[in-house]
Order: sequence, then C-alpha cells, then structure tokens
Amino acid sequence: MPMSEIIQSTEVRESIIYVRDLVKRFGRFVANDHLSFDVYKGEIFGFLGANGAGKTTAIRILCGLSTPTSGQINVAGYDAYLQTEKIKQNIGYMSQKFSLYEDLSVEENFTFYGGVYGLRRKQIKEKTTLLLTRLDLLDERKTVLKALPLGWKQKLAFCVAIMHDPKIVFLDEPTGGVDPITRRQFWDLIYEASHNGITVFVTTHYMDEAEYCERVTIMVDGRIDALDTPANLKLKYNASSMNEVFLRLARTAKATGE
Amino acid sequence: MELSVVVNDIHKAYGQVKALSGLSFEVKPGELFGFIGPDGAGKTTLFRILTTLLIPDVGYALVDGLDVVKDYKAIRKIVGYMPGRFSLYQDLTVEENLNFFAGIFKTTVKENYYLIEEIYKQIEPFKNRPAGKLSGGMKQKLALSCALIHKPKVLFLDEPTTGVDAVSRTEFWEMLKRLQQQDIAILVSTPYMDEASLCDRVALIQQGKLMDIDTPQAITNKLPGRMFAISSPAMYSMLLDLQQYSRAVSAYPFGDSVHLHVIDTSFTINDLEVYLTGKGQKGFKIKIIHAGIEDCFMYLMEKHHAHV
Amino acid sequence: MIILFGMPVVQVLLFGFAITTDIKDAQIAILDKSNDYMTHEITNKLLSSGYFILGANLDKDDQIDKAFKKGNIREAVIFEKNFAEKIETEKKASVQIIADASDPNMANLLFNYSQSILMDYQRQLYKDKKFPLQIQVETQMLYNPELKSVYMFVPGTITILLMLISAMMTSISIAKEKELGTMEVLLVSPLKPFQIVVGKVIPYVILSCINAIIILMLSFFVLGMPVQGSLIFLLAETVLFIFMSLSLGIFISTVSQTQQIAMMLSMFVLMLPTILLSGFIFPIENMPVVLQYFSMIMPSRWFIIIIKAIMLKGSGILFLWKETLILVGLTLFFITMSVKKFKVRLA
Repeated sequence: MPMSEIIQSTEVRESIIYVRDLVKRFGRFVANDHLSFDVYKGEIFGFLGANGAGKTTAIRILCGLSTPTSGQINVAGYDAYLQTEKIKQNIGYMSQKFSLYEDLSVEENFTFYGGVYGLRRKQIKEKTTLLLTRLDLLDERKTVLKALPLGWKQKLAFCVAIMHDPKIVFLDEPTGGVDPITRRQFWDLIYEASHNGITVFVTTHYMDEAEYCERVTIMVDGRIDALDTPANLKLKYNASSMNEVFLRLARTAKATGE
Repeated sequence: MELSVVVNDIHKAYGQVKALSGLSFEVKPGELFGFIGPDGAGKTTLFRILTTLLIPDVGYALVDGLDVVKDYKAIRKIVGYMPGRFSLYQDLTVEENLNFFAGIFKTTVKENYYLIEEIYKQIEPFKNRPAGKLSGGMKQKLALSCALIHKPKVLFLDEPTTGVDAVSRTEFWEMLKRLQQQDIAILVSTPYMDEASLCDRVALIQQGKLMDIDTPQAITNKLPGRMFAISSPAMYSMLLDLQQYSRAVSAYPFGDSVHLHVIDTSFTINDLEVYLTGKGQKGFKIKIIHAGIEDCFMYLMEKHHAHV
Repeated sequence: MIILFGMPVVQVLLFGFAITTDIKDAQIAILDKSNDYMTHEITNKLLSSGYFILGANLDKDDQIDKAFKKGNIREAVIFEKNFAEKIETEKKASVQIIADASDPNMANLLFNYSQSILMDYQRQLYKDKKFPLQIQVETQMLYNPELKSVYMFVPGTITILLMLISAMMTSISIAKEKELGTMEVLLVSPLKPFQIVVGKVIPYVILSCINAIIILMLSFFVLGMPVQGSLIFLLAETVLFIFMSLSLGIFISTVSQTQQIAMMLSMFVLMLPTILLSGFIFPIENMPVVLQYFSMIMPSRWFIIIIKAIMLKGSGILFLWKETLILVGLTLFFITMSVKKFKVRLA
C-alpha cells in the first residue's frame, strides 16, 4: 500500500540510502554480490529473500554494524566505512530477535533507550507519553515487559526504535509469529512513521506485507534479482500475488543447499 | 475406530501465565491435523504435553489409547517428534544423524526407508555434510526424516515451517500430504494461516483457547455474512475510509486489497459503491470473495475478545 | 545472587582457615625401646607441645614401615634401649626421628620442631646435672630423602587434572543437550535415562584414561616421580577415580539447567575446595576440625592419599582398602543420585 500516491511522479526523489556494488565476503563465501539500489526518503522499502540469501548481512552493513568488503554505501548521508557512529545516531533498529529488556518495565525501557539515543529527560518523558498513548498502553507503563503478550512487546519495541525520530528505521522480520490483527496494527504504525517522514526499511517473510511496501527487492543467493514496485513485479512475472513472484524467483535459484 | 489422539479439557499454567485453558479435541488415524495460532497461543505447550514432556495441570490426554502421564514410556516408543528448534546434532553428518535416530528406536534406516525415501532423496547428495551446515529447508527435511525413521503411529511437528523460505515450506507440505497415505496421524502446528487449507482439519488457537475446530472449508463456510475484496490505486486512503464504514464488521488490509466483512443482510455492493464514491474514491474494484482462514481467525479473535 | 556474592565469601573463609602452614596435631608414632623416666618425660613433652598427637605406640622396628604405609603417621620417634642409663653413664644417647617426606615441607617442619623439643630437654637436663651431655638425633627422611617438592605436588596435580577433565567436561555435556534442545528428542524415544547418561559418559571415560596415562608417563619420565608400588594397582585406582569424577560430573549435569550453571558449580564446588581442602598443598591436620570433616567427603582427598602411597611408599591394597572402598562408595552414590535426579520430563 504505497504512500507514493501522495507524492507526485514528477518529483525528484532524494536518496537516503545509496548503495552501489556492495560486496561482502566471508573468506571465499560471497554473502552480498554487487548489490546496487537506492532507498528514497520517506519510502517504505521492502527487503525480501529466503534465509541465507544475504539480507541480514546487508542490513548489518547499512546499520553500521559491519564493514563492507567493497562498494559505495551511504546511509542518511554518512559513509558506511568511516562514519558508522554517525549512521548509528541517525537510525533506529528493531528485530524479532532483538527486543526490549524483559525484566524492566515499559517506562524503564523507554528511559534506557532514550538515554542511549542521547535524548534529554524531558524529551524522553514526552515521547514516552506520546507513544504509549498512541498504542493505548498508557496504563501499562509500569508493567514489567515479560508480563506482556508478544504483540504488545513488538509494538513497544517499534516505538522505542523511533522515539528519537531517526531518519531511517530498520525493521528485521518485525511481525514474525505475531497474530494477524496485531500484525496489521503494526503496519498502521509503520504507515504513520512513514507519514511523519521516517524512511522504513523492512524485511519480512510474509508476502502480503510485501504489497504494503512502495518498492521491494528480492535477494537470491546474495544478489538482487528484482527491484521494483509490487505492481510492476506482478506484471513482469505474470503473477497474481507477490507470493507467486517470490516463488518463481526462488525456485530458479541454485539448489546448493547452502 | 481407535482414535490417534484424544485431548480432554487440558489446562496448563506456568506460574501466573495460563498457557492452555480447557482444550478438548480428537484426531483420527491418517489425519493431517493443523494447529493454527500465533506465538504464545499454546501450541508448543500442547505438543509437549502430548509427547509426554509436560504434565497437564487439569484434564487428560491419550495418544494411541495410552495415557500421556501414566503410560509415557510406551508413548515415547511410538511417536515421532520434531520440536520447534532444530533438534539435530549439528556436528554429525546427515547420514550419521539418521543412523543415530534409527538406532535409538531399535530399527535401521533400511527397514523403513520407504517412508522417508522421497524426502531423503532431496538431501542425499549432502549426506556427508554436518547438519549444522545445512540450509533451513534441508535441516527441516532431515529432521522430518529422523522423526519418521522408526515408523511412528503419531507424528508431532511443532512449527516445522517457521523460519524456512517459502519454496521449502510448500515442498514440506507436499511431503506431508503424501505421508498421510501411510495411516500415520500427523499433528502440525504453524503460525502461517495459509497453511491451514492444506490440512484435513484445523484447530484455531489463540491465548490457550480453542476458537474453532473443523475442516478448513467448514470453518470458512461458517463465517457469517459476506467477504469483499476492494482494490484501488489509492490503497491507504481506501483503507481508512473502509475502516470508518459503519455497515461493515471489519476492514483489514490483505496485500493489495482490503477485505471487508459485512454481516448486514440488506447490504448490497451498490451501497458500498455509493459510499466510496461519496468519499471521493475513484477507480476502485469490488469483488465478492470466499473468506480465508486468516479472515476467520481475525473474526474469531474479535469475537472471543482474545485480541489485546 | 547467591553464587555471585556467596561464593567468594565462602572461598575467602576457606582460604583463611585452610591455608596455614602452622603445625598442629601431627600424628606421630613412638617406639620406646627404653621405657624409662627420661623417655617418658621426652614423650610427654612432645605430646603436650600441641604440635604432635600420639598416632601409634609401637613395640618393634618392623612395625615402623607398616605404620607409615598406613598413611596417618607423619613421623616416628625411636628411643634406643637403656636411654636414661646411657645418658647418666656415657653422657649421650640417641633418638632416631623418621619423617614421612612425601610432603617435604611438613617433614622438615616436624623434624625441626621435634629436634628443638629434644634440645630443650637436653638443656634442662644440662641445667640439672651440671655437666655436658648430648642427645644425638639421627634423622631419616622417608620416601623422599632429597626432599623434592615435586613429590608433593605431582600427586596433587594428577588428582586435580583428572578431576578437571572428567568432572567438568561431563558436567557440561548433559546441560548442553538441554540447552540445545536435542534432549527433548532423546527423551521422546525408547531410551531409558540410564542409557542416556551412560552414552554421555563413555567417550569421556576413554578420553580421561588416555589423559591419565599421559600424565603418569610424564610424571615418571620427565618429573622423576617414582612408582614404588604396583603399576597395575596404580592404574586400577586411577580408573576408579576417573569413574568417580565422571559420575560426579554427570550428577552436576543433571541438576544444572544450563551449561553456565554447570560450569560454575564445577568450579566452585569441585575445583577450589579440591585444591584447598584435599591435602594437596595444605595439610589437613592443620585445618580447623570442621574443615577436616568436610574434607572427608572430598573424593580428591582420598585419591591423593592413594596415589602418594602407591607411588612413594609402595603401599598395596592391604593398606589402602579403606580409601579404595570410600571411592567406590562415592562413585555408586553419584551414579545412583544422577539416575534419580535425571528429569524424565521437561518440568
């Protein structure tokens, strides 16, 4: 469900992530094989691919957590080789595996991460109230995280990831294992964030969620095999759903067992 | 006919958290039975009780006529179990893993090879590779082979397709369907709603409670009212307008369309067209569709107030 | 929390009380061939000094060897015949002090203490009798005439190493299966707990035996440790100790939910007390009584006695049956407890 309907097609789009010929090698194994793509400001960009295709490796590089072997990479205006600290200050990150501290309360988690992101106490307070109200979880601010259901935790984790108004937020399989209603509420949050100017870079296993993105890329064996809007991809591969597009591309991948 | 699995009013709590609240159902031999529900629904707890790894607080369960608490030793000889996390020995090769599991069940790979032949053929080229170095899909096939090698009467597969790519997922279910012919009862749990249609019968579970249990067709048929799919070039604003539509029960995004659920019997498509045009929507398409499992799941969630 | 703060406190206390090189209540044997008032006075002095207690009262020379072999006597004091008479008529008499030098430091200390007590008595006599006399002291450092400290350290090191390899490694193995999730699958199978446990132990038995042989060979050829007793007996006892350590390791494993807990238990409950309380470095007699009783349940304590006895003193099963029986008992105890504690279900 692209937000691009609001953006006129004649507008020149600003590139907030710039990747040209990104290569990442681990010994002889090439995890990322000459990736090239742009992500535009305010876009919801979907990053799809099977496990082992190289998604996580690429995201780690974009987040400044890993150094590329070669290629030009610019994230939020900063170079991925030399300015990783600047990158980290300007992005948010959330994944299915990484979540908030289970033993701390909701409020404590916000305070902690707010501090990590360099927000002042007043800002943290405001943001916490604002975000919790938005989630209708204001009553739970003192609740310890492990007492909350998974769906709530994921939504809270997302809010924490954007509380410092980063330029880009990276979401790694954020809706894995979550019930279908909560999943959609999560995407409501994503839309709002995008509406507020945050660029969203999301990976997902759910092909219907691919449709919610403005543009998607599909990674296979370390390469980008497709990069376009969902509508265009369906036309190109003569498929009625993104699931079909994905299956078609994935099945033609080498069966290496890697 | 002897039932493969009988569950009667099972309750299980971990401290304050109630994992299972009064679950009851039956599974027949040769049935491919699916448990559909998100994380935290109670699927793993249920499977652990049925494979005798946990004792229920209240209620009883029988596997092949044997009680899960009293006759656990006998049950452990006749079930195949594939737990959520990969349960293979990462340092042993594919072949070694298979031989190991055959051995502990006092059988040989040869004896029941016909059961796993189709599955194993796909990973046989890698038989000397350590299991830890296999891709997700390959590990899954190996784990299934190891669970089948002793010809179990009942097979329990706990989220076997989680974290595995879409291609392997499809292949996996195809394999399961072929296994059914061997008269083995197969119980599978999964968070993926679309996999429900591949089962003979499914149980929709949310927060430890059974919301419905029937064939996928029957469940979707049971859904009151009608389901519409509306697509439009302006999807987001379309979604917002539909969510405000008072005559509908729900409006949820489903990929490139919005599913609108209407129970009101006097409702017509024309009414909807009028409403949308009135909101300034143009170029939209409305289709009547048959509800899917996911639609039903969400409807039931709202109905049971199981939604938080 | 308990582990984080309690352990160090316990260790410090252990350190404080156990580590002492002061002599106290060392057991000695007295062979009094004279049995006159002088030898009685000297004996009294020795025994009331606080350093020594009477371990055995011997009548014949050939009993000395046996007494040492048995293992509790640290020193034998032998008075020659007609001691008092010889002092009065010939102005000199001799006392023989034989010390068990398998712990050379102790032996030296004990000897020095003994000698100073004798000299003290000599001075006293001198004062009374008003003419020079002399108590000649002959010494013999038994089993370790050169007072090589390696004789003391190597047996202890062997014990510690075997315990480390066997117990620590096995303690992790079962906990690891639990952590990885393979335990779930093993449980849902016809395997009995006994089979699972034995299956985990056997590879380590083989590894430990190979290790033990290497260590013993190194001790013998490189470090110069003698093997006075039967080599076969030594190997047999070593294998027994290995089994004991393995069963202890398995026991720790069955009660640990994670590898981390298993490691910490091994570390704090096994290693450190073993080093401190087994008599490896610090003599047990010197410790407070409470710790002495505690060290009785330390299997390492018994094995060190066995190993020293076989290697340095050439003791055989007749002398070491008690210690061997204790090791066998401990092994059976841990195995039984492991099987009992082994959880057949996940919760």
